[in-house]
Amino acid sequence: MTVTDRQQLSYIASQAADARLNVELETEGMTLNIGPQHPATHGTLRIICRLDGEQVVWAEPSCGYMHRGYEKLTEVRTFPQVTTLINRIDWLGSFANEVPFILAAEKLMEIEAPPRAQVIRTILFELSRIANVSLFLGDLGVQMGAITPVFLAFRDREYVLNLIEGATGGRFHPNFDRIGGLKDDLPKGWIDETRQVMRKLQQFCDTIEDLLFGNEIFQSRTRGVGVIPADTARQYGLSGANLRASGVDWDLRRDQALPMAWDKADWKVWTHPDGDSFARCWVRLQETREACKIVEQLLDQIPAGPVMTKVPRIIKVPEGEAWVSTENPLGEMGYYVVSKGDLGPFRVKIRSASFNNISVVPWVLRGVYVPDVITILASLYFILGDIDR
Amino acid sequence: MGALAIEVPYWGQSLLRVLGGVVAVLLPAGAIVYLFLFKMMSFMQSRLGPMEAGPYGSLQLVAEVGKWMQKEDLAPDHADRSIFRIAPLVVLTSTFLLVVIVPFGPEAYFTNFATGIFFGLAVASVSVIGILVAGWASANKYSLLGGLRAAGQLIAYELPMVLAVIGVVIQAGSMNMQQIVVVQNTESIFGIDWLGNPFIITQFVGFLIFMIAVQAELTQAPFDMPIAESELVSGYMTEYSGFRFLIFFIAEFATAGVFAFIASVLFLGGWAVPFSWFGWDSLADVPGWMNLVGPLIMFSKMLLLTFVIMWVRFSYPRFREDQLQTFAWKILIPLALANTAITAIMTVVF
Repeated sequence: MTVTDRQQLSYIASQAADARLNVELETEGMTLNIGPQHPATHGTLRIICRLDGEQVVWAEPSCGYMHRGYEKLTEVRTFPQVTTLINRIDWLGSFANEVPFILAAEKLMEIEAPPRAQVIRTILFELSRIANVSLFLGDLGVQMGAITPVFLAFRDREYVLNLIEGATGGRFHPNFDRIGGLKDDLPKGWIDETRQVMRKLQQFCDTIEDLLFGNEIFQSRTRGVGVIPADTARQYGLSGANLRASGVDWDLRRDQALPMAWDKADWKVWTHPDGDSFARCWVRLQETREACKIVEQLLDQIPAGPVMTKVPRIIKVPEGEAWVSTENPLGEMGYYVVSKGDLGPFRVKIRSASFNNISVVPWVLRGVYVPDVITILASLYFILGDIDR
Repeated sequence: MGALAIEVPYWGQSLLRVLGGVVAVLLPAGAIVYLFLFKMMSFMQSRLGPMEAGPYGSLQLVAEVGKWMQKEDLAPDHADRSIFRIAPLVVLTSTFLLVVIVPFGPEAYFTNFATGIFFGLAVASVSVIGILVAGWASANKYSLLGGLRAAGQLIAYELPMVLAVIGVVIQAGSMNMQQIVVVQNTESIFGIDWLGNPFIITQFVGFLIFMIAVQAELTQAPFDMPIAESELVSGYMTEYSGFRFLIFFIAEFATAGVFAFIASVLFLGGWAVPFSWFGWDSLADVPGWMNLVGPLIMFSKMLLLTFVIMWVRFSYPRFREDQLQTFAWKILIPLALANTAITAIMTVVF
């Protein structure tokens, strides 16, 4: 008998002993429905957990409670009307939802927005990222019992929302992006105001880093919890900060040539090798800082010129198919637009980030404790509208 | 009662004490503490807090009590009705039994047990029963998890609390709360007697352990795993509404106040000022007006300690269940044991 055989036999014996022990100690399990009405899911997501004591044996997210049928609804609307619908998908960063669809339509029409519109688009895109992720940073504390950061987050997000309202007229649903450019130019004084707000947001990031990320309890709750290795993350189709936190250096803003202005600014894509909850939160914090930097730099580089190219009064998109995806606050968001040359799209397939991001939930929740379920869900960061569309 | 110059029979004295205590001390104390804490919390979170009810929101508590009293008294279908209804009262009873031992002045106390602090620690653990049956009787999975977590946590943190108190008892040489106050205000630290000997200085480790254990006993952040509103909805209180929820709520705040009272008796010198300031030698020398000033002194110390309790509560995220058990059994209890041993040795040596 070789050494490996002996090792194998002893391994089998130990497994059998474990199994006997488990049978003896087995207790009746309990199925816990986290949601659809539950404070942790900030929306109507339901997670079915089978528990053994406080340990999750099996978990499955059940979504669709807020399905609004946007893919179908787009088919009965004209191209310019679609933005009104789709900026409600990820309602915290709504301008960012409009951009990939408009880019897809522009790609089909073979036009491009003028340089000024491209830069302003990028600025508004990053502002909606800041508005979105700053709320995540505050909400993170609430999920772990620290109630103060969320109030700071709401206060400072308000500055950003005021900016978005100042430029577009809508706090939550700007509906500002047009095929061929933007609806309007920036209002007077907006650029100076934005500079001040970006400084405030940088301070907000510092405050959150002190309040939460430096806290021992926060670290002990998040470090080593909910680890997603890079391979698993890729297999489940994670994107955005969730993927970068697993150490995959992948950012569509940098890796893709789009008629946007990200390449004009000097910024960095942050990754983290750990892949745990802490890494995901930390990457998002750094991302907010980078977004502030991008906005600050682009404010100096807004070229003169029109914000709208020549487009026909009645927009008919030529026949064809186009796929455009961008790096949205939650991850990769893309639209596959099929046009038959009519006023409206023939078919739109929406690839939203959160839907793919929660697909890893059954894998990552197996074997964790109930309190960690909340931490992991919070760190995966999904928006219900983005899951259910 | 010689200082008051009116002869009252014993039952009358008891009744006066209870009524005076509840009306003059507990109710205004509760209202002011509530307002103070909510305003403090609001300013920490860059908001104004309650502003509508009364000037500057001062009648917020009245408004909320009014709201809760109007609500329907609901119980889930499968709940164990009678136990479900009794549970909040058990928790509140624990609070009221606890306030009994607190002395507010030389004669201003409810009772003066010879083993006051022993009684206090015993009745403090009655609330565990209320919380556990509340969680069990609700017939709700979240409540059950919350109740079980609470039971585990409260039992784990009672031990360091008792051990921290033992240090004080060794130093004072008595379990009587009045005697603990007197000792702190008559003794001296290494010959310096203008401050008396508040045990917070000599028993600083004990004070820290006691305050941490209090935080856990109150199930407040960072030890609020039993309530954990983001995961267990509201823990053992999930199914409660109306005035039964109000009772839980009052018990939570009142217990915070009462534990702050007890901590100020044990560690901050209680109701008295150092006796050397006025040339008193013993408890018999303390004049009657201290019965009025004493409650004010206690009240300010209580506000200070509840401020600390709530400050921690509003600032920290919560421990996971296994982490807080580890913290109790592997850090706090050995530390408290060491503190007790060192106190005993020092008492023998000096």
